[in-house]
Amino acid sequence: MVQHNIIRDRFRDNRILRNRIIIALMGMGALMLVLFARLMYLQVYGYQHYSSLSQQNRVRLAPVAPTRGLIYDRDGHVLAENIPAFRLVVTPEQVPDLDKTLQRLQNLVKLRQTDLERFHEAVQHSRRFEEIPLKLQLTDKEVARLAVNRHRFPGVEVKAHLMRYYPYGRLTAHVIGYVGRISEDELQHVDAANYRGTSHFGKTGIERFYESVLHGQAGVERQETNARGRILETISRDPPTPGRDIHLTLDMNLQRVADRALGDQSGAVVAIRPDTGEVLAMVSKPTFDPNLFVNGISTKDYHALRAAPHKPLFNRVLRGQYPPGSTIKPFIALAGLNTNTITPTHTVFCPGYYQIPGASHRYRCWKRWGHGEVNLTQAITQSCDVYFYDLAYNIGIKQIHDNLAPFGFGSPTEIDLPGELPGILPSKAWKRHNKGESWYHGETVITGIGQGYFLITPVQLAQATANIANHGQRLRPHLLDYIGGPTDASAASPPQVNGKPIQMDREQDWDVVTHAMEEVVHGAHGTARRIGQDIDYHMAGKTGTAQVYGLPRDSGAEQDEDEIARELRDHALFIAFAPVAHPKIAVAVIVEHGGGGSTAAAPVAKAVIDAYMKELRKDDS
Amino acid sequence: MILNDQDEGVGPRQMGFLQRRLHLDGILLGTLLLIAALGLVVLYSAFGGSMEAVQRQVTRLAVAFGVMLVVAQLSPQTLRRWSLWLYVLALVMLVAVLFVGVSGGGAQRWLDFWVARFQPSELMKMALPMMLASFLADGSLPPRWRNLAMALAMIGIPAALIAQQPDLGTAVLVAASGFFVLFLAGLRWRYIFGTALAAIPSAAVLWFYVMHDYQRQRVLTFLNPERDPLGAGYHIIQSKIAIGSGGIYGKGFLNGTQAQLDFLPERHTDFIFAVLSEEFGLVGVLALLTLYSVVVARGAMIASQAQDTYSRLLAGTLSMTFFVYVFVNVGMVTGLLPVVGLPLPMVSYGGTSLVTLLAGFGILMSIHTHRRLWTS
Repeated sequence: MVQHNIIRDRFRDNRILRNRIIIALMGMGALMLVLFARLMYLQVYGYQHYSSLSQQNRVRLAPVAPTRGLIYDRDGHVLAENIPAFRLVVTPEQVPDLDKTLQRLQNLVKLRQTDLERFHEAVQHSRRFEEIPLKLQLTDKEVARLAVNRHRFPGVEVKAHLMRYYPYGRLTAHVIGYVGRISEDELQHVDAANYRGTSHFGKTGIERFYESVLHGQAGVERQETNARGRILETISRDPPTPGRDIHLTLDMNLQRVADRALGDQSGAVVAIRPDTGEVLAMVSKPTFDPNLFVNGISTKDYHALRAAPHKPLFNRVLRGQYPPGSTIKPFIALAGLNTNTITPTHTVFCPGYYQIPGASHRYRCWKRWGHGEVNLTQAITQSCDVYFYDLAYNIGIKQIHDNLAPFGFGSPTEIDLPGELPGILPSKAWKRHNKGESWYHGETVITGIGQGYFLITPVQLAQATANIANHGQRLRPHLLDYIGGPTDASAASPPQVNGKPIQMDREQDWDVVTHAMEEVVHGAHGTARRIGQDIDYHMAGKTGTAQVYGLPRDSGAEQDEDEIARELRDHALFIAFAPVAHPKIAVAVIVEHGGGGSTAAAPVAKAVIDAYMKELRKDDS
Repeated sequence: MILNDQDEGVGPRQMGFLQRRLHLDGILLGTLLLIAALGLVVLYSAFGGSMEAVQRQVTRLAVAFGVMLVVAQLSPQTLRRWSLWLYVLALVMLVAVLFVGVSGGGAQRWLDFWVARFQPSELMKMALPMMLASFLADGSLPPRWRNLAMALAMIGIPAALIAQQPDLGTAVLVAASGFFVLFLAGLRWRYIFGTALAAIPSAAVLWFYVMHDYQRQRVLTFLNPERDPLGAGYHIIQSKIAIGSGGIYGKGFLNGTQAQLDFLPERHTDFIFAVLSEEFGLVGVLALLTLYSVVVARGAMIASQAQDTYSRLLAGTLSMTFFVYVFVNVGMVTGLLPVVGLPLPMVSYGGTSLVTLLAGFGILMSIHTHRRLWTS
């Protein structure tokens, strides 16, 4: 029986298989007929057409790259433009001896090793009649020399083209970024058809973020060629659509003021309009000349920039992560009020140090002999550490985290620039996940003065300051004002709300903290009173000093800051907004190794705000 | 040339020398040699009359035919015993290629064995049909749910690994060869149509929700290359001109303007069919397609005459896969199908796929010449 079944199964299997093979054969035969029909169509029916096309196959299609959109500041200053330049191109087919020609060219034109390498690589990948750029930017002298010697170099030509140029150079390097030669990897992520013929691509900054807007649509040129592929004339062209212009909210006047105020110091300045989120100034120092990158930076220059002290290529505004130091105190104060941990009249006695109940370790106040009895306003005004050690301890790390997160700490601001880092808003979960350890009470205490794991980026700090100025209304910081060509000024992008407004149970809590910040600048005991002496408007601010290195605070020994190596000196921070009643500008300043916030950072912020107030007054009058 | 003129069930005594001693099938071998010879002629023209490249291709052909001869000596039973291990080996190497593979042309496909580079996906082209045929022949046909699910996993895993490299063309072909085994094993029509129907909404989801804008642009260019007349479209435009201008009799050997004047890109690899069409016209094209048809038909015949389910499934699949190679390449060059990088079997310049291809024919020959005698 079993035997029988096997045989029957075998029989059935055979039948299935044979049927299927016949079906497959029929299917394949049908497809073969399709191919046959297609070939008949092309070779018999279409013969005349294709034959004449092949006769006239002298027409080549050449890509025409669109002109890149320009970038302006809010007042219409051009920040990125296209200027005519001359480049050296070689058509290998027409050159009798390529190597020899290159050698002879070296006498007239300076050719870098990288130029030659790129050239040889391009030769491998191009058709022999295509012109290949050898050098992108010729000096006037080189152009003249080549013109004189033209007859000696068949197949070598000087061609005009448009080159990206940043007139403000170093001043806008970190905001605008720069373009550079497009890379294989970048081509993978764009529509290749549109980028055929495009040589440059936004590498960083606005140039990168708005690449798709700035680039435009490529065009096509039909060129008549002879049998060897030499171009005789252009028959027709579909012109490219130029890229659209970008108008930024940046104020070049403020940008320059901020840049000068920082001087040679390393650091960052960010100024934001609290009521719109517009970024008015954004400076990261030291900086670099973006024009070096446009035509491929030389290896030597690049190494110099990489090796330069204080990393000029590093965008501190977006990627510099610093402890906020005492600038975090207004936020901790708001958290304390909102969680009902304290009232505005609550006082703490500061003997110069703080001890967790039941523990012996002393957390020092910056004022060694203590502030005595202080309330919240005094604690902010004089930046009393002990008050905030105690407050943080009483709020607890969970509530600190939950009340500070709405200000954007620990997450990117989503500004329209690439590469932003999120900073760190510590929590128990964060520590367990990243350090694999549990949380200690002592860490809550120092979080209260913005030390420990807490890290912020300058743009984050500026945004959070704008949030206080706005009483919790959150607007996404942005640089784009509007997109538009010279003819079409598209509607300005409306301010974008960045998450829900921060809710305080009592609206007057905002005023309590704002008032205390005003006292920082205008009060008799304010830590930033020095900058408040000669201003005719009301500014609210907060100083901060972030420890770079764990100097033993309670070592007792008097330490002269000048003796400490510069690298170990504290970062100076300052946040501010003005005018207090109707804030028009919010600023965050970080001066690396600047020492104290009041001496190094506050004057920078003041310079920027002063300049803006002057501008506003000028606009009004 | 000794041609095989026997019917089914003949004993070794009546077989020709080729079949009896060398386990080769005369019709198949003869046709393949003719295709290879025609290919070399076209190649000579595609290289602008250079003998050097032709000689290199002759060497590769010799090696590949050698591999075919060796494989033909192994009996189908031996091949079947190896199926699982070959499949596992190919799978292991595909995984290894992800970690220690050598990159080239933007994809990581090769394993470097010091002596030579090896492309595991090529081995998988053979191993997957062998494995599936062996697996499905064990159960009853048509395959039941359980076996079907297993079979789909056997197809899906290597296909996904190859797509990862990324080598989408090969991945699709490997998957197709797996599907052919299932098809021959009698996969029910409702599954086949059901899958086809299910593909439509998933494609829609992919298009509207998963893909980035630039990826959609790519797909559009892929489906309609003339969108990008300077890139993918350039190939197709020039290739159609070459084919169409060949007419019925062609422009003559070495006289194709498209090919000789550099208008036709990749003319010695993927687009070699256009060179043939231009210089030898419809006549030459039909000759080549006829030769291919003979190969496929002979393969199908071998499949239907094979003695066990495994051999039938395998032989049928190998023939169908070969046909798909031809169809996709010619379809692509004539502008019927999107451009995927796939050579014309036996003709395009290059040796990697040649070895796999002829190893496959070695299997077909083995199946045909290792027949047990059922004469009573």
